[in-house]
Amino acid sequence: MSATIERDGDVWVSSRTGTRWHVVCGLEVHAQLRTRTKLFCGCETSFGDPPNSRTCPVCTGQPGSLPVLNEEALALAVRAALAIGADVAPWSKFDRKNYFYCDIPKNYQISQFDRPYCTGGGIDLPSGRRIRLHRIHLEEDAGKAIHDRGTTTLVDLNRAGTPLIESVTEADVTSPEDAFDYLTALKEILIYVGASNADMEKGELRCDVNVSVHPAGEGWRTKVEVKNLNSFRNVAAALEHEILRQIQAYESGDESRYPVQETRLWDADKLVTRSMRSKEAADDYRYFTEPDLPPVTVSPSFLERQRGMLPELPAARRTRYVRELGLSAYDADVLVADRAVADFFEAAARISGRPKEAANWISNEVLRALGDAQTGASTIDDLPVKPHDLAELIELVAKGTIHTAAGRTVIREMLESGTAAAEVVERLGLEQVEDESQLEDWCRAALEGKDAIVADVKDGKEKALGALIGPVMQASGGKANPQKVREILKRLILES
Amino acid sequence: MTVRFGGQVDAVALRNALDAGTGTVKDVVEECLARIAERDGELHAFTRVEAECARARAAELDAKRASGAALGALFGVPVALKANLCWKGGIADCSSKLLANYAPPYDATVVRRLLDADAVIVGTTNMDEFAMGSSTENSAHGPTSNPWDTERTPGGSSGGSAVAVAGGMVPIALGSDTGGSVRQPAALCGVHGLKPTYGRVSRYGLIAFGSSLDAVSPFARTIRDVARVLEVISGACDRDSTCLPLPPFEAPQPADPSRLAGFRVGVPKQCFPAELDAGVRACVESALQQLERIGCELVPIELPHAELAIPTYYVVATAEASSNLARYDGVGFGVRAGSELGLQEMFAATREAGFGEEVKRRILLGTYVLSAGYQDEWYGRAQHARTKILGDYLQAFEEVDLVAGPTSPCTAFRLGEKTADPIAMYQTDLLTVPASLAGLPAISVPCGTSAGLPVGLQLVAPAQEDGRLLRAAQAFELATDHHRALPPMLLGAQA
Amino acid sequence: MASSDEELVRRTAELARLSITPAEAAHLAPQFARILEHFKTLSDVDLEGVEPTTGAFGLRDVLRADEPRASLTQDEALANAPERIEDFYSVPKTIGGDA
Ligand SMILES: [Zn+2]
Repeated sequence: MSATIERDGDVWVSSRTGTRWHVVCGLEVHAQLRTRTKLFCGCETSFGDPPNSRTCPVCTGQPGSLPVLNEEALALAVRAALAIGADVAPWSKFDRKNYFYCDIPKNYQISQFDRPYCTGGGIDLPSGRRIRLHRIHLEEDAGKAIHDRGTTTLVDLNRAGTPLIESVTEADVTSPEDAFDYLTALKEILIYVGASNADMEKGELRCDVNVSVHPAGEGWRTKVEVKNLNSFRNVAAALEHEILRQIQAYESGDESRYPVQETRLWDADKLVTRSMRSKEAADDYRYFTEPDLPPVTVSPSFLERQRGMLPELPAARRTRYVRELGLSAYDADVLVADRAVADFFEAAARISGRPKEAANWISNEVLRALGDAQTGASTIDDLPVKPHDLAELIELVAKGTIHTAAGRTVIREMLESGTAAAEVVERLGLEQVEDESQLEDWCRAALEGKDAIVADVKDGKEKALGALIGPVMQASGGKANPQKVREILKRLILES
Repeated sequence: MTVRFGGQVDAVALRNALDAGTGTVKDVVEECLARIAERDGELHAFTRVEAECARARAAELDAKRASGAALGALFGVPVALKANLCWKGGIADCSSKLLANYAPPYDATVVRRLLDADAVIVGTTNMDEFAMGSSTENSAHGPTSNPWDTERTPGGSSGGSAVAVAGGMVPIALGSDTGGSVRQPAALCGVHGLKPTYGRVSRYGLIAFGSSLDAVSPFARTIRDVARVLEVISGACDRDSTCLPLPPFEAPQPADPSRLAGFRVGVPKQCFPAELDAGVRACVESALQQLERIGCELVPIELPHAELAIPTYYVVATAEASSNLARYDGVGFGVRAGSELGLQEMFAATREAGFGEEVKRRILLGTYVLSAGYQDEWYGRAQHARTKILGDYLQAFEEVDLVAGPTSPCTAFRLGEKTADPIAMYQTDLLTVPASLAGLPAISVPCGTSAGLPVGLQLVAPAQEDGRLLRAAQAFELATDHHRALPPMLLGAQA
Repeated sequence: MASSDEELVRRTAELARLSITPAEAAHLAPQFARILEHFKTLSDVDLEGVEPTTGAFGLRDVLRADEPRASLTQDEALANAPERIEDFYSVPKTIGGDA
């Protein structure tokens, strides 16, 4: 029989034995750098291209070919390192990691072993906990082996040689929630500094987990590696499952069930981890210095140039939006989540001088247009509306040229057609009608046959006016100033 | 008038004759093909003769000349390539069963530069499989014979290219030198063989053996030709990160090319070991006296770590090779075996069936010296020893301008004589590997014969002093007739 | 009976993906031992405080601009492949091999 395990914060408590289990977990994240070309050759990085259409002698490992390092990959990697406060090594080198597999055309991967380009750094989680980074290194990606088509394995080398940074945390992760938060924050940073698009669906971000459990006060136990985690939610779910599996195994007292050092694969359908054939001997990658690549030094001036290209990071932005611009925490979160949206917001806020209004328009209207079939835009930069267009609309509303309701009509038209705000207002004739006699005409028409409402209003039930304002606004095509309409209706009823 | 080059006309003379309007490239190529047809049955220098390709190229070049365009530095010159240099349209099989029919999808930088200089590639030459060997016997195509005695090896691993030149079939050929693979066969075949400074010539397209040692290296009958080839193939290359960012080599033009006044030539005691063949010793000693006569001062020096060179070289080269040759797994190129097996078993079956014994031996050695638990003791120590060997030279060059000694401890040995004993074969590299480990330019120049077999004098210069090296070699050449000596089989051809 | 040298040769061969036969292992083992014995001088020398030389003499920071160059066509890339299916390299079926 297996015990019930309950959470007490980051401690997992067994109902049967009362043992308080602690979790030790580290994350390894591979992120694809946002370069145009591969790490060591001029082939364009590729996603979704016809198989083996983006390869050359270098990335297919043709005899006699040689690697040459992509400068932009180094720059982006350094920017990512700076963003998480890591120490960039004054010099680093590349090494060969030797192992045989069909998606590694040279049967060695060019990576960094004992001299990674950066070490240290860390990310502060919303929970207040800090996850420290052990190191980050540069390496080339493997190609793709396809096992589920036909009777053989098929190999596509388009991805081979794509630049990656592999970041390895210290074993500071103590819960599935930590893992989820860390990954979310890391992804946000990578996107912010432009180092990676970090799109998990495209394999631009991949995560492996190392986890072990031990009773409070005891030493660390055998760690297990879990792979095949293709979403942050899967990372958290797999971690939770693996923690419980390990605790149950130890609590069973049956040593044959105790966790062994191995790699397990997460099965997202069945919600279990399964053992990959356990490795007989430890891997012997026979790392040695890559003789085809001279060492890389990062000069202070290069470092400063990269530092200068760092944007304000998400956490800092969020705080500033709340403290200095007076946004709600919720709005700040929504805007900061995507660097392009935050940049858009800041521009619109600066031009209009009205940050709160800008935030409202963006979160209520502009973001809704993303992923919308009519605009066909997937990012804010794809939209025909630019920050100065939005600022113009904000000013029209602020000056009272149009009212907010009409503003919504305007922004939707702007998002669809890309027409400037003033033009939409003019074309649709949305300028507010202030002319008293015109407003009175509409109001009189609305009052016709509404004796019951008139009586209510005369009885002092002013709320009943609301039922009349709608028809007036409709009659005016939305152009009537609702405040004035209310006043006129009230006057007409009381005068009658 | 037909331009003849059967061992008598060098590349620069041939090019200048064509430039002056004498003969046609077609004549030259036909003559070259005829010489190959006549001699190569016996010598077996070539693994493939690309006759049609060469004839088409000749027609193209003759048309170019007719159009009045400026002619390249090797216009119309037939060239042979070692079978480990990639070129589109050719086969670069490295004399391995595993790479049989490998048709590279790209040109090596040196090939591109030869073609841009209007050279004519006539074929690919035999070699020890993947350049692993010192006799050209470890070849899937069988051995190459030495034109001085066809019962003997030409040395290796670039034996095919050495014989293509020594046998008067082409005026120049390219080989590769990792631990002496051009200098040693040059010595054993009586021609010039230059290993330039590491990085002076791009390795892009040279199929790797030991990446930190490999150097594309020319064979020729005159120093003028050696210099011309180096001028064409050297210079910065943006596809090789280890290629020096220097402009192409320019041969020095001394006021008096026949004198080496004030040159200090270091003669290391370690280059004259006990096992040195007496005939070789005699030839080299007389060559040193010749150097003295043309103005050099001989300075006895020490290379104290010379005894480390062979183990260091074999550990470094095989370690790099074990990784470089991992790609031959039957997936992207080469000949697959064991298709019916699992993936890893297919890899092993392919490599077992495709590699010859010496290649397997070296892959094993290289894998071993890199493996966990042994790496520090072997690969790690070898890298440190390499620094010591480099240090010996740096110290020597504080005092001297050049280092001189024999290229090979022996003259051409009999076919099969050393194949059973890998260590005896490795020992033949004794005198060439130190300069390889130090990345220095080194040349073997003919300096006489012993018992009818050629002997080579090796000169070594500081890094990037390829010009100084060729200047000294040329002065020696001008003072002697050794480079004009022809193997007996060619003497009839001269008549 | 296999000697420890043969065992070493066999294990190393496995790492190098060479499926050598027992006869070959028996032939190579003594050679291997002799070669290593011959290379012993390397272990005897004092290398304290010496920096390693790994190659690329004196060069550093050799970088390339992030500019695309033409790739090979699919046919050029696959021309030398021993087995090809459509535009893929084809290899014996393998699931989740070592990565
Ligand atoms: Zn490529």
